[in-house]
Amino acid sequence: MPNKNTLPNKERMKIARTRMPELAPDVRNKSFEEVNLGLCAEAAKTESTRCIACSRPGCVQKCPVGVKIREVVDLVYAGDFLGAAAKLREDNSLPAITGRVCPQENQCEGGCLLGKKGESVAIGNLERFVADYERLSGQLGLPVNAPSTGKSVAIVGSGPAGLSAAGDLIQKGHRVRVFEALHEIGGVLLYGIPEFRLPKEIVRGEVENLRKMGVEFETNVVVGKSVTIDELMRDEHYDAVFVATGAGLPIFLGVPGEHLNGVYSSNEFLTRVNLMRAYKFPEYDEPVYDCRDKDVIVVGGGNTAMDAVRTAKRLGAKTATLVYRRSAQEMPARAEEVKHAREEGVQFRMLTNPLEFLGDEKGWLTGARCISMELGEPDASGRRSPVAIPGSEHVLPANMAIIGVGTTANPLIQSTTPDLATTPRRYIQADPESLRTSKRGVFAGGDIVTGSATVILAMGAGRKAAASIHEYLTTGEWETKAATKA
Amino acid sequence: MYKILEARSVGFKIKQFVIQAPRIARKQQAGQFIILRLHDRGERIPLTIKSSDPEAGTVTIAAQAIGKTTSLLNCLEAGDYIKDIVGPLGHPSEIKKFGTVAIIAGSVGTAMALPTANALRKAGNHVIFIEGARNTEMVVFEDEVRAASNETYIMTDDGSYGEKGLVTKKLNDLVAEGRKIDFVLAVGPVPMMRAVAQVTTPLGIKTMVSLNSIMVDGTGMCGGCRVLIGKNAMFACVDGPEFDASLVNFELLMQRNAMYRDKEAESLKLFEENKEKELAQIRAQFPKQEAQRA
Repeated sequence: MPNKNTLPNKERMKIARTRMPELAPDVRNKSFEEVNLGLCAEAAKTESTRCIACSRPGCVQKCPVGVKIREVVDLVYAGDFLGAAAKLREDNSLPAITGRVCPQENQCEGGCLLGKKGESVAIGNLERFVADYERLSGQLGLPVNAPSTGKSVAIVGSGPAGLSAAGDLIQKGHRVRVFEALHEIGGVLLYGIPEFRLPKEIVRGEVENLRKMGVEFETNVVVGKSVTIDELMRDEHYDAVFVATGAGLPIFLGVPGEHLNGVYSSNEFLTRVNLMRAYKFPEYDEPVYDCRDKDVIVVGGGNTAMDAVRTAKRLGAKTATLVYRRSAQEMPARAEEVKHAREEGVQFRMLTNPLEFLGDEKGWLTGARCISMELGEPDASGRRSPVAIPGSEHVLPANMAIIGVGTTANPLIQSTTPDLATTPRRYIQADPESLRTSKRGVFAGGDIVTGSATVILAMGAGRKAAASIHEYLTTGEWETKAATKA
Repeated sequence: MYKILEARSVGFKIKQFVIQAPRIARKQQAGQFIILRLHDRGERIPLTIKSSDPEAGTVTIAAQAIGKTTSLLNCLEAGDYIKDIVGPLGHPSEIKKFGTVAIIAGSVGTAMALPTANALRKAGNHVIFIEGARNTEMVVFEDEVRAASNETYIMTDDGSYGEKGLVTKKLNDLVAEGRKIDFVLAVGPVPMMRAVAQVTTPLGIKTMVSLNSIMVDGTGMCGGCRVLIGKNAMFACVDGPEFDASLVNFELLMQRNAMYRDKEAESLKLFEENKEKELAQIRAQFPKQEAQRA
């Protein structure tokens, strides 16, 4: 390879990690513009210099889709940005997205040797740079598809799992059609993740790439209602179906007052703002509660809660407060989002749990009666479980409350596909390796199998499913690898 | 894009549309609904399905112009398009032989009630249809109502057509006459459905109401349409839209349906001031007429 990095490791480790340029906090907390501005080519090359080229790179091992990160970083160092992008695409069909939303600190960057003593290589930022460079160059390194196999695959759901499976399957020469219940392709990437973290243009661009590769998309189809899995296979002649419908129904707290006007699930709030563009009302028709100069609380500690509270701040909330029943350490949210939220003026009220929502005589929310918590023994999740402190009840003023504490399985497909086995919690049962379900030809992956997780884990499931589907379509064998009964 | 094949005014601010939507037409059953979005900047609203024709691949819907989206919809004509339609959503009505059933519908709610009335009649029930409306101009689908029922009563608030009085007056009259009613379905404005429940619950008559709460996705994902049924929070889009009237918290439904009243008024006012411009804008997005087919 030309331009090989010959700097001694000692020197490489002296270079400080490149900082991602960001919009200033007091600018961005009033705007839906993307917070991270992206690295320039010079900064990306400098950052790539820091990589000490481990022989057994921890970054690759910790990547859920096994991106050949070391080779990508080498190509960046060599200045071959398009080559780096093509290398990325071999394992990850949505690099501009994962470069923005992956929890890198727990994955690639968490495996980086540099991180043991100092700061890891900014792999996420490099990934994003490479993908953006490729997009802006207009010279897309789209892979060439294998000759047609004559087989066709229906993918149910156009979120990260569905899209990445589509990208892999089309390359194998299968016909691929993706069905989406909403009116636009992208699933959680559109309705869930806000514009300021993942601009919708990026998602549209990646979808457009898949379309160019030959993937067909059909919106406004609720599989289970508009058509069943059986009908897709029998009447529309799909040889295999991949169910990637994602996390389903929002969980509410089940406390009194949750029906007051102004109380939202994070799914509803984010869908109104992101997918329906309620922040541009009345130019866009869909409304959302006008929280300008109002007190907003968001309950939860994950990325969704973080997205909701930062969105509320941008909509003009007087106070935007994250209420979480454990301590900051236990928050599952991405470290960068927590940092950004703090900078933007989001308040954190840790070890606090709502007991009841309070309202006025017309049914509008006025506050939340909360109780303070302390950490006790570790629970099933391995985190120290929160325990209420007697006598610590207090009222937080709130005109809007957003509940972002997770989701449960949406039963639409399970209830209309009688021979599809489900888990006790009604997720779809699938073999962890082959993602085969109890029904011949039907595979499932992503949040509908695991419960809510991350974009990259869903993408990993999509890739795994694609490989398994390809094997099934090639061999026609099912029985040997049927879903193991739990 | 979903093409409008027929558009016809059927009452005061009430219009019926026949739309090309083959997937929905193949699957629709009585009691289900659709969600539509008219254009790129549009909101998603639930609407009733009046009937469908699986062979022709069409569904028939009816809408009363109340807010911005329904007002804009009612400006559309045959040959125009609807950007997005998804469905059929919700559980179908329970169809079985109850004996004597009363279908009670308020104005445009008649569209939603008709397929269920037809199916119940086909299942061997004696169908009493009570249609209520403010006045003669709001009485819709009378011929179809008569064809779907064994007995038909039209009630108007002002007595300008049929009998004067509310639907519950007729229901009470029938009960007072000693008529045995085994099942009631009520579809219409919330106060009407609540009034029906107040009559039938003490009498122990099984009554279902079709709830029209505010929805976004219609697949259970957002929870915005949650209603209180007894002590349980349920989602009208996937658990309903029909619920046991004796368990529905109607006050809460009215409270939640009022959530965006100010915004809805603002949006409607803006639309009325820019109606022609807005219409031209959305028509510019329609596919070009199929000239090559001529």
